[in-house]
Amino acid sequence: MITGFIAWREFKSLFLSPLGWSILGVVQLIIAYQFLEQLEQYMLIQAELAMQEQAIGVTQIIIAPLLGSTAIILLLIIPLLTMRLISEERRNQTLPLLFSAPLSMTEIILGKYLGILTFIFLMVGIIALMPFSLLLGTDIDLGQTAAALLGLTLLLASFAAAGLYMSTLTRQPAVAAINTFGLLLFLWIINWAGESNTSLLAYLSLLSHFEALLKGLFNSTDICFFLLFILLFITLSIRRLEHDRLPH
Amino acid sequence: MDTLIEVKNISYYYAQQCAVNNISFSLQRGEVLGFLGPNGAGKSTTMQMLTANLTPAIGEIHIAGIDLLEYPKRAKAMLGYLPDTPPLYKEMRVDEYLYYCARIQRIAATRITSAIDLAKQRCGLTDVGKKLINQLSKGYQQRVGIAQAIIHTPPVVILDEPTVGLDPIQIHDIRNMIRDLAKEHSVILSTHILPEVQAVCDRVQIIHQGELVLNESIDALEQHLQSTVLLLALANPPEIEYLKTLPGIIEINQQDDQHFLVHYQADNNPTQRLLHHAVQKDWGLYELTPQKLSLENIFMSLTLQEQDRHPSQESVA
Repeated sequence: MITGFIAWREFKSLFLSPLGWSILGVVQLIIAYQFLEQLEQYMLIQAELAMQEQAIGVTQIIIAPLLGSTAIILLLIIPLLTMRLISEERRNQTLPLLFSAPLSMTEIILGKYLGILTFIFLMVGIIALMPFSLLLGTDIDLGQTAAALLGLTLLLASFAAAGLYMSTLTRQPAVAAINTFGLLLFLWIINWAGESNTSLLAYLSLLSHFEALLKGLFNSTDICFFLLFILLFITLSIRRLEHDRLPH
Repeated sequence: MDTLIEVKNISYYYAQQCAVNNISFSLQRGEVLGFLGPNGAGKSTTMQMLTANLTPAIGEIHIAGIDLLEYPKRAKAMLGYLPDTPPLYKEMRVDEYLYYCARIQRIAATRITSAIDLAKQRCGLTDVGKKLINQLSKGYQQRVGIAQAIIHTPPVVILDEPTVGLDPIQIHDIRNMIRDLAKEHSVILSTHILPEVQAVCDRVQIIHQGELVLNESIDALEQHLQSTVLLLALANPPEIEYLKTLPGIIEINQQDDQHFLVHYQADNNPTQRLLHHAVQKDWGLYELTPQKLSLENIFMSLTLQEQDRHPSQESVA
């Protein structure tokens, strides 16, 4: 319950400054532009597609690429969203307020994380309106769209968990943002080196797990990968805060 | 009287340096404990350990009988803490901030409004509830910090240098507030301002280089402060040797032509005799003052002794 309160206050604080609004606005603008581009291209090749027997549908041509590039845009944005979580409290020396209140570290970290997660749900919800608007004119593959949206949500939730951890490590929000960005980009491109898809590096890549879901392949391994990734970084964050208090 | 804080042999280290070394003390209900020491003596570190912001390397802390390390949540509910930098979210309004504090202190929803009102009233914040904390003066920000620490009416309030950086009037107000707090709470107050301790505390502890060097009630301290020296000023003084022959006088230091410091035996105060002689022999007495040691003297002598004892630690610091 107290976790929920901290989450709610974190979520609200994003909208107290222009940060939350401008992130939502900018992301929406860029993705909308891309959506329209994609839609236009589809219109151009629509006639050809209609003549093919096993034609790929609107979902593959518009929705999957759209959500794919959304992920890349948000890879740049999420670090900005998570950078202040702990580092700003550290910088303003407000952490003692949380530490000396009857709260556990887990409640503090989970509260902060759930606050960001709420924002991510809101953002994915707004983005999802675009693919679903196609329903007005055509049929889309709802299963694949749902899988892709789930993938996007899990991916962003993983970004946020990594960002939260990076934010516990420093007192400079900008440093937290850069570190998060570096880590996420590294995990994104990690499989470029290994050509083979079966290698360990490919397995660690966030991209490969996301791409499967984007194609509509709902594989529990991918889901578990994301969940474990989130759990790992949340645990690390809790450990990190606890470490603060130990003699060193 | 019951014991609200019981600290047993706690120590804390930063890298190789020992910040707090084997400190033990206790705090009774209704007591104001002054924590005194020069900068960097370990005051803040000790307070951070009491409030679970640091975990002691060894030792135990019990708050209202609850082990802080075993049951941190239950123990922390008994505490209010104002760190040396007030933990304020400056972009919030005073009311919003206090609401946030009330919630994380787990005050029941039905009691939150009255708790906020009471805290504001006790800290003189009633008129500024709608203001952004940013816009408040430093003294008022400090009050918000104190309001935060007492909003859940904890049995123990811990204030780390609450009057630093305030002007004399604000200092006066905050001290009055602390005295008010002591009616219902036990207070630990850290400071390096000695008169502050004399003004508000029941008991004083002096900490120096991580060790407790004095732990006395203010009354006992007052006894310490009584010295056996008189300042005597005579316009027309006799020979020093003659003065020394008066019963009870041990030693006389001549300050200048007319001023003398008279050391006397504690059980044999020569004030009356000096007066008598001065009048009879026309010494022209114009000043006769019992000399009092200030807390400064005790503080200086204790901390300087310590430095002599630990020259090696000083060089590390």
